[in-house]
Formats: sequence, C-alpha cells, structure tokens
Amino acid sequence: MHQHEMSTCSVFDGAVFISSEMKLTEDFKRDTHPNKVNLAGREYVGEHGHTTWLPLVRKIKQQIATDPTLFPEYPPILGIPEFTQRATELALGKDSPAIVESRVFGIQTVGSTGAVRLGAELLRSWYCSSSSWSGPILLSSPCDDSLTGTFKAAGIEDVQHYRYWDAESNDVCVENMVHDLENAPERCVVVLFASGHHPTGAELSQEDWKRVAEVMMKRQLFPFFLMSAQGLCSGSLEQDAWAVRHCVSLGLELLCAQSFSYSFGLYGERVGHLLCVLKQNMLAVQSQAEKLVQTLWSCPPMEGARVVATILSNPAHLVEWQESVKGIAEHCMLIRERLRERLRLLGGPGHWDHITKPGGLYCCFGLNAQQVEFLIKRKHIYLLPHGCLNVSAINSRNLDYVAEAIHQAMHSQL
Amino acid sequence: MSIFGEVPQAAPVAVFKLSADFREDQHPNKVNLGVGAYRTDECQPWVLPVVRKVEKMITDDHSLNHEYLPILGLPEFRSSASKIALGEDSPAIKDNRVGAVQCLGGTGALKIGAEFLRRWYNGTDNTKTPIYVSAPTWENHNAVFSNAGFEDIRPYKYWDAGKRGLDLTGFLGDLESAPDHSIFVLHACAHNPTGTDPTQDQWKQIADVMKQKNLFAFFDSAYQGFASGNLEKDAWAIRYFVSQGFELFCAQSFSKNFGLYNERVGNLTVVAKDQDNLNRVLSQMEKIVRITWSNPPSQGARLVAITLNTPELFAEWKDNVKTMADRVLLMRAQLKEKLKALGTPGTWEHITEQIGMFSFTGLNPKQVEYMIKEKHIYLMASGRINMCGLTSKNIDYVAESIHEAVTTVQ
Repeated sequence: MHQHEMSTCSVFDGAVFISSEMKLTEDFKRDTHPNKVNLAGREYVGEHGHTTWLPLVRKIKQQIATDPTLFPEYPPILGIPEFTQRATELALGKDSPAIVESRVFGIQTVGSTGAVRLGAELLRSWYCSSSSWSGPILLSSPCDDSLTGTFKAAGIEDVQHYRYWDAESNDVCVENMVHDLENAPERCVVVLFASGHHPTGAELSQEDWKRVAEVMMKRQLFPFFLMSAQGLCSGSLEQDAWAVRHCVSLGLELLCAQSFSYSFGLYGERVGHLLCVLKQNMLAVQSQAEKLVQTLWSCPPMEGARVVATILSNPAHLVEWQESVKGIAEHCMLIRERLRERLRLLGGPGHWDHITKPGGLYCCFGLNAQQVEFLIKRKHIYLLPHGCLNVSAINSRNLDYVAEAIHQAMHSQL
Repeated sequence: MSIFGEVPQAAPVAVFKLSADFREDQHPNKVNLGVGAYRTDECQPWVLPVVRKVEKMITDDHSLNHEYLPILGLPEFRSSASKIALGEDSPAIKDNRVGAVQCLGGTGALKIGAEFLRRWYNGTDNTKTPIYVSAPTWENHNAVFSNAGFEDIRPYKYWDAGKRGLDLTGFLGDLESAPDHSIFVLHACAHNPTGTDPTQDQWKQIADVMKQKNLFAFFDSAYQGFASGNLEKDAWAIRYFVSQGFELFCAQSFSKNFGLYNERVGNLTVVAKDQDNLNRVLSQMEKIVRITWSNPPSQGARLVAITLNTPELFAEWKDNVKTMADRVLLMRAQLKEKLKALGTPGTWEHITEQIGMFSFTGLNPKQVEYMIKEKHIYLMASGRINMCGLTSKNIDYVAESIHEAVTTVQ
C-alpha cells in the first residue's frame, strides 16, 4: 500500500481573512492612552465601569450549584417551561388575550441572536406556505450589520431597509418610516425594535406605534419584534413592551426576540427567548421549531435560564429585580441629563433633546465618518458608526472629557 | 388566516418519543434503554463529584466577570479542550496550526464546521460537495449538514448486520468511489448507534484511502474517555489522522464525559496546514458564530476549563470518567454472561466487543416491539440499547426478556 504524500496546499486556501467585528473593542484594549473611553461596548456598566450582578443573582446561582435535586440532564429542546412561561408573561402581560387563548408559545434560545436566527429559520422554512422563503424582510436604517447577516445566513437573501433614524433631526422620522412601510411589498416581514433600538436608541411614541401597527395590518406586513432590554429604557416593563402588546391586542401574529442579558446582567449565560404569537396551528409550528433548534444547538444551556425563571417566579425576587431594572434605567437617564447639560454649557449650536428623549443604553449624535474617526483616533473615545454610543460607559470620571471631545468633533474644523 | 396555517406537524424524534412513552408507562418493571445519558446503578443521573466541586468554586469566585465571552469562546477552554483531543504534546499544536471554536455542545460544533465548509471548502459556497455519514449514524447528522445548505448527503457502508460488525470492505469501497474532496463524518470512538469502531489497523486503511482521494475528515467526538475509560485510547484515530498530515475538524462534546448535558459544552477543533490558514479559517468562523448565537455560554466552558487546567481536578475528572466507563463495561460483561447462561440463541460476543454507551443488540423490529409492548423495556427500533440503562437490579429481567424475544418472536 502506498504512503501518499499530503499536498502542500491547504484545503482552506480558499478562505479569505476577514477582520473581526470586535476590532473596535480589541483596538480599545490595546490603546494605552490614559483617557481612553469605550463607548462602543455591548454591556451595561455601572458607575464603577464594570458590568454588575444583582446580589440576588449570585445567591440564586449558589442555590443552584448546591441543589441536590437538580440534575444536569438534557433540557427540553425548546427550553425549560418555567422559563418560557415567565418570559412570555413578561413580554405580553399575564392576562394577555394571546396567553389566555393559548395562541402563544415560547422557545428558550441562545441569547437574542439565537432567537433572531431561529425566528429567521422558521420564516425561511414556513412563511406563507413557502418551503424556502427568501424575503423580502425590512430592517431599520441604520441597524447592526450582524442583524442583516443573521437573516442572510438563515437563507433570507432579500434584505431591504425602511428609514428610521433621521440625521437631520437626530430622531426617528415616523413619516418616512410609515411611508416606507406603506410602499413595502405586501406580506413582507418587518423587524421592529419594541424599545431600545440598537444602535441609535431612538424610540417611537405610543401614537407612532399605533400608526405603524395600522399600516402593518393594512398591508399584511408581519412584525418581528426585537426587545433586548425590556424595562431598561423607560424603567417600566409594561411601557417598554407596549408596542408588542398593542400588536397582539389588534390580533396580529408576530415573533418577538427577547434578551435577558441586560436586565439580569447575565450576558455570558446567553439567555434569550423567541416568542411566537399565532392565530392557529400552534402545535405544528412548535414541532417544526423543535426540528430547527436541533440543527442549531440541539437544546439550550440551562444555567442562566434557571436563574431568570427562579427570580421571575418568586414574588419577592420579582420586586427586587424590578427595582434593579428601574435603577439601571434611572442611571442611564441621569448620565444622559448630565451629558446634555455639559454640552449645553459648552455652547455651540445644536439641540440636545435627542440625548434625553429616549431612554436606555444607546444614544446617537449623528456624526459623520470623519467626526467618528476623530473621536477614535485623536481622542481615544471609541464609539459606533454615526456617533452612536453606549451611555452607561460615561461616568463622573470621564464625563467632562467625553463632552468636550464630542463638542470638538461637532464644532471644529477637523 | 394564519401565516403559519399550513405548517404540518413534524414527526417526533424517535428517541424522545421513546422516553415520553417510557415516562407514561406505569409498569413496575419498566426499563429505559433508549435515552443517551449516563445512569448510575440506582438508575439516577450522576453529577460528577469533580463537577460539584468546581461549580461551587465558580459561584464563590467574586472576581469572575459576567460579560459576554469572546465570540470564539473562552480561550482557556478552547486550548485545553483541543489538547484533550490531540494530546498535550501534539506536534500540530506546537506548530501553532491548531485552533478551536467553543460551541453549543457537539451539535453546535458540527453546525459551525458545516457552515464553514459550505462557504469556503471545495470552492466558494459549494452546496454540492457530497457529505458522507455512516449507515447508520446519529440521526441528527443529516439535519445539521442539510440545514447548513449541503444538498448531497449520502450514507457510507458501515454496519454489517449479518456479521454484527464493521463492514470494512463496504466502507473502503465507498471511500474509493466517493468524488474527490467529499466530506466524511467519522465517529472518533464509540460509534453511535452501533458501538462498533474500526481497529487501529482498519483506521490506517481508512486514512490511506482518504489521503489518496483528498477526502475531508470531520470527526465527531462525543465520548472521549467514556468509551474505554482512557482519554488517549479514545482519541487514537484523531491523533493518527493528524500525524498523517490531514487538515481536519473535530467536533467535541463534553456532555457525556463531564455529565454536563444541560450546559452545552462543545468545541470545534481545527487542524490546518499552517498558522496563516488557521487564522483565516478562524476569522471566518467568528463571523459565522456571530450570526448564529453571537457568543457561547460561559458556565459549562468555565467549569471544564478549570477542571482540565488544574492537575488535581484533572486527575479527579479522569477518575470520575473511568467510573462511568467501568460501569458500562461491567454491564456489558454481565449481560453477555447472562445471555450465554440462558442459552439465548445467536452469538453475543458483540455486546462486549462493542464500545461506549450504545450496543446494537441485533434484535429485529418485531423483537423490539415485543420488548416494549410485552416486557416494558424501551429500546430503539434499530435494536440499539443504552448500556447505562442497565443496573444490577434490572439486568436479569432484561436478559430474560431478550431471551424470550429471541426465542419466541421471529
């Protein structure tokens, strides 16, 4: 038998190098400038500059680790029922007609990315009786590249955008959005941020949502909500979920991808949920969702979901948790107010409503590429395209520096 | 009118349906030989003592942050997991041409590997590259590759029902006739569902043909340590292929050997020609992970990393793994003995020749039905049993029932 020489080429020769999405964060880590600030991070950080845990979360994790009745068995494919039940109630409200009428089911997913991916796979496989629906799907402009990538990876190639953020007004332009939806192909899927738009933070009012929902119904557009930080934006769980609940009350079918990363500080545990509100045929759709889950991750990781389920199921824990969520929302609002005040004092033309109007983690200054580069390269302040930033990373130690730098970026000749 | 109104009910997964039927069964002597998880002699799930210990360490460690893990996963997990597969002193590791991606269990590792191969292997976005899976194989292999976009998934001959062993001739024949650059999913050890592994000599023959034909080796390693009780022995095939210069993927699962079924701890080990190729591959895999689950979960990976990287804990873990493997070996030996003592027709050597959690008993579908309906012993229609479902208390009943099935049902 011959010993064949292995070829000197690699079977991976065709793979092209692609720079990491995390490059910005990596550049920040390597930056040695004493005043560097990372406003492009994905986590909520407290005044001390670190992510936080509720003491309650630690306590519950300890309980789980020492509970002799808990066995590390394969969980159900769709996740633990206590978790999906609570997550559903959280999003829709316990007395939601959809829950009462058993027209809703939930799937525990690997973070909200997992929820979006699974929802995309479900749509690709089954939307409109198609065996391979490829779109169109409408995403907000702007939005995360990875959001587009997730839908495309699931086979939904036709990704279009509706106008959302308006650079002129530094706010949502509802007129444009409604216009784009009215002209969207009938029955296309529309991705909507219930609250906490990423990356701009810009929000729709309840009146705006009513208009949007009306158009969705008229044109038979299917809503796919993203709700990654329920409670963190306004401080109220109900208010942040209002858009979803309103659509449900109108009888719309919808998907909603939820994340528990921010509200529980459980980023690393990947606790997500895909909510499915249907008119009928729930069991069949559930069975197909199970099949899809098996091609992605088989079944979800337990630790984080157990913690969330435990907290949401216990009245006292629930209250403590709600208080902490409110605390986060209030902290973000405080930073926004202080930033706004600083910028106002620094003078120069400009309105600063867009900083304090929305709540939650993100805020957008509508900067151009040059201004953003100035902030990153010259001031060592790392932020996202269009001048979107994570306000929680601004604290009493860096507020002046950040405010002055933004002021400089907006008003100097660069 | 619902937009999902026409969606048909999917058929339930056989092994889960079996477990559901078992749960509903009220018979006092019922036995579940279907589930793919370890059970103690009391028929209970087992939390490895080392796992309990490390879990507590983690919750007591106030210095740990709760942030997202890097997209590719916890670095100390990835490197230690790859070392487990390839060996601490693997020349490939020394050459800096081994990398890894932390994934959601073995399934997740297969998923990321499949998605990468579809995009970048054998051309760009070539969905026509044939994927070969063993006949039979774990029922989810097909779905993972198919959902990743591969259009041509084929069986390769593996199980010889007649002689109750490996059909090496058929296997080698399918390798020879496969189109060049086809991808072969190989079970590193403890083949699921047959429990039948190639011998070292047979692996050499397999590797030789694969080299000739430039076939891609995608190992599925879900039972390392669990099969023979020895980590090195169970990784022999992977290490042999690496020593022969293959570039390959290895999807590792730590569900069974750590008993961490619920935390989804997996690792996709990548062996490339050189560091440059490795970096390009990992950069693309990062992109794929980002749009699948974004970042992997931290709990299980931390636990495994701490265990593998701490000498006393590593020793304790190997011991725990051996405990599980030894119990399985004991059940195999005893079942065979009892069947021989009963004079059950047929040969039963395969019960101890096969390795790992599963055994292909050779029972036909009618006999299986008899076992389930009349004896309340649940096993797969293929005749596959999970040896972990056997205990000192039920083994007599199971042996007698197999005897009955074989002698009264044709």
